[in-house]
Amino acid sequence: MSAAVTTRRPRLPSTGAIGAAVLAFWLIVAVLAPWIAPYSAGHLVSPTILGPMTWAFPFGTDYLGRDMLSRVLLGARITVGVSAAATALACFAGVTLALAAAVRGGWLDAVLSRVLDAVISLPSLLFGLVVVASLGASMPVLIATAAVIYTPGAYRTARSLAVNINALDFVTVARARGEGTWFIMREEILPNLLLPVLTDFGLRFVYVVLLLSGLSFLGLGVQPPYADWGSLVRENMEGLVDGSPAVIMPALAIATLTIAVNLLIDHLPTRRSANDGR
Amino acid sequence: MGADAGPLVSVAGLRVIARGTPKDTVIVNDVSFDIARGEVVALIGESGSGKTTIALSLLGYARPGCRIAAGSIRVGNTQVDALSPRGRAQFRGRQVSYIAQSAAASFNPSQRIMAQVIESALIHRLLTRPAAEAKAKNLFRALALPDPEHVGSRYPHQVSGGQLQRLMAAMALITDPELVIMDEPTTALDVTTQIEVLRAFKSVVKEHHTTALYVSHDLSVVAQIADRIIVLRDGTIQELGSTTRILSAPTHAYTQSLLAAADPAAHSAPSAPIAVKQPPLLQVTGLIAGYGGNTPQGVPRLPVLHKVDCTIQPGSVLGVIGESGSGKSTLARVVAGLLPAANGTIALDGQTLPPHAAQRSREQLRRIQIVFQSADVALNPAHRIDRIMARPLRFYHGLSGGDAARRVTALLDMVRLSPAIADRYPGELSGGQKQRVNLARALAAEPSLILCDEVTSALDTVVGAAILELLAELRRELGLAYMFISHDLSTVRAICDEVMILYAGQAVEYGDRGALLAPPRHPYTDLLISSVPELRPGWLDEISSVRLAEAAGDGAPRPAASPYAFVDRCAFVSRCAMRLDGVCDTQVPPVRRLPKGTMIRCHRTEQDLLAAQTSAVTAPIPLLHERAE
Repeated sequence: MSAAVTTRRPRLPSTGAIGAAVLAFWLIVAVLAPWIAPYSAGHLVSPTILGPMTWAFPFGTDYLGRDMLSRVLLGARITVGVSAAATALACFAGVTLALAAAVRGGWLDAVLSRVLDAVISLPSLLFGLVVVASLGASMPVLIATAAVIYTPGAYRTARSLAVNINALDFVTVARARGEGTWFIMREEILPNLLLPVLTDFGLRFVYVVLLLSGLSFLGLGVQPPYADWGSLVRENMEGLVDGSPAVIMPALAIATLTIAVNLLIDHLPTRRSANDGR
Repeated sequence: MGADAGPLVSVAGLRVIARGTPKDTVIVNDVSFDIARGEVVALIGESGSGKTTIALSLLGYARPGCRIAAGSIRVGNTQVDALSPRGRAQFRGRQVSYIAQSAAASFNPSQRIMAQVIESALIHRLLTRPAAEAKAKNLFRALALPDPEHVGSRYPHQVSGGQLQRLMAAMALITDPELVIMDEPTTALDVTTQIEVLRAFKSVVKEHHTTALYVSHDLSVVAQIADRIIVLRDGTIQELGSTTRILSAPTHAYTQSLLAAADPAAHSAPSAPIAVKQPPLLQVTGLIAGYGGNTPQGVPRLPVLHKVDCTIQPGSVLGVIGESGSGKSTLARVVAGLLPAANGTIALDGQTLPPHAAQRSREQLRRIQIVFQSADVALNPAHRIDRIMARPLRFYHGLSGGDAARRVTALLDMVRLSPAIADRYPGELSGGQKQRVNLARALAAEPSLILCDEVTSALDTVVGAAILELLAELRRELGLAYMFISHDLSTVRAICDEVMILYAGQAVEYGDRGALLAPPRHPYTDLLISSVPELRPGWLDEISSVRLAEAAGDGAPRPAASPYAFVDRCAFVSRCAMRLDGVCDTQVPPVRRLPKGTMIRCHRTEQDLLAAQTSAVTAPIPLLHERAE
């Protein structure tokens, strides 16, 4: 319309798209690992231990002479799977409790908030160590432990948003209509929480990946014959002094996965607001 | 600056564009006007008409996403559109200053008032601190602020809203700017507070020969203060002329419609007076309610409503008026079962309702529906309109699928909305459309009574008048009864049969609309009625000083600050011009029935009230602002 020129910088490829691509890559790998890994995880393929990158073994070999590429690909399955399960559990529990607390208020809110605050006050790695050490490091225990540690955080975020939405007039209208708690939680508040909860899910997923990798690095996480990326870093530690790819590649995998998730959630669309114009 | 001839402000061919995808929108188009030195010019228009955008462009400012695309803006010797960022910083606050709508949002809550008022004088190095403080105190005095010596040492939350608005005027005037821009400075205030603020603004403007641009949507307010009026719509000037000319002989059709909408009483009188005494639809008796739980004596810790009685006949409208904090919204919440009463009963068709919505039967809930003021937050932004509308149909009537969809279309038609709106989201509708959807959702329940809580207050005059029209129509067609809550007397008298005036949670006067407006009135009723600005210049100057003192209520404890005030005295005593010392402040006023037909809570006799209200007023105050047809 106007002759005046608006100068706009050319759009760079969105970092969000890069994040999405890397995350999708790791998800596909996690699903297809047994079919795309060149060797089985336990197969000793080379006499060279902690070998360099070669055409035959692109990620080198590990401390027993196994193919690192196969082990990283198969490790993706455990790292991504266990983390996603634990995060989903934490977010589901946290959001459900948060909605109930926000809608019902009163003593329910008070009790839930104080109990979960108490859980937050426990140092997460220490708590994980104690639980795993006493109950054993099976995968269900790992998932449950991570879920318990991250439920209060998910609860806090969702509750603070839900309390604000609960005070809006459309919720009051539903109350005056005679709707029950469950309807208000599910139909009135949850749809307005979805995007922030999704963002929170991403952040929490990153924390869980780091927690589980940390536990595995300390030897209390996933146990052989399974190996996640944290345990791969641990078992090849002695290669660190020589710059062996066997220790660098799994660490790099953890980094790319967590950074990818962060990039993606930075670019999630913002919440549909009540004031969006036409 | 120099004594140059010609207008102080000159705007020519101004064009402001909002960047958008896929294309830009022109929000102000080819606007040109001048403001002479010492003149007050008003910009009038609905929301979205571009009035604030134009006002801000005089500061060389365009809101994020907008830019000034063409035109020239000159203030004094400064070409505003050509200023460098540094030049703009020099210019703003010194040559031009700005008074915003919400003073509460414009003051920093953690700093004392004085520091904020004199800040711009110090930034521009115009005055030393002691000189600036002395000047500020003079301004406080000129603005009729109580205790001008010490008010500066308070924090913003320690003064009332009306005082804060005047303090912001002091902030704007401290640098002796050439031009002051006032952006809806009284819109957020109660009518009684609005008078004192307008009055203070007007005297300061006159005294300082201030040149001002006054932005407002309210013609009656503008009539009191402006020399000339510019009528805007969709970013273009519709009409421009002197205040008297625009008000008495508007030439443009849009100006005429604005004038008509400013006084809804003139064209939408209630349908038919209910003559036959039927059993009441709603009967509220001895209602006591509040917040913060109950004391062991069964009284709320923060009492809001104190022994309120009212009845609503089937198909009739009860208006509830009061200033903010008077308890009018609380009354609606209690009736809807959202806030259980501490004491008293609510009966629907003679049947006592449980205090809490959760204990009421679905049928009881269905018959009372509530519609809120801000349509923006009354509709869930995550759902489409059809889903929002279908829920009450399913909940109360078990309708679903095609039946529900047909009913949604019929309901939308009933509120004059196109069925195409059903698959939009609330964020895609205008304010008036949202309020209609709100109404349609209430109608979906097929209620007997709708509680309307300030349903037109957030809307533009013309849109609000259309909603009032719709309410009157629906009432005729469906035999609905309303409890119509408002702070605005003119909307209430446009639609209500009976009116209850609340002050500090008590009904000070209650009765038939016509009787209530006629003297003798309760002093507070009288104050409210005479505080509504009239659509003629000079109204403000004719208000007696007695009334003004009453309106201000400066230094008097606000009702909310002393919840137990009404246990041993009249709630209105601290602001009442007719109080009897030793009576009104020591005894609870009796409730009496005046011969004119209203209940009143006052110690004064009918003769006293009548005498005061016919003599003290210098100009006759028209009760019903009847316009020549």
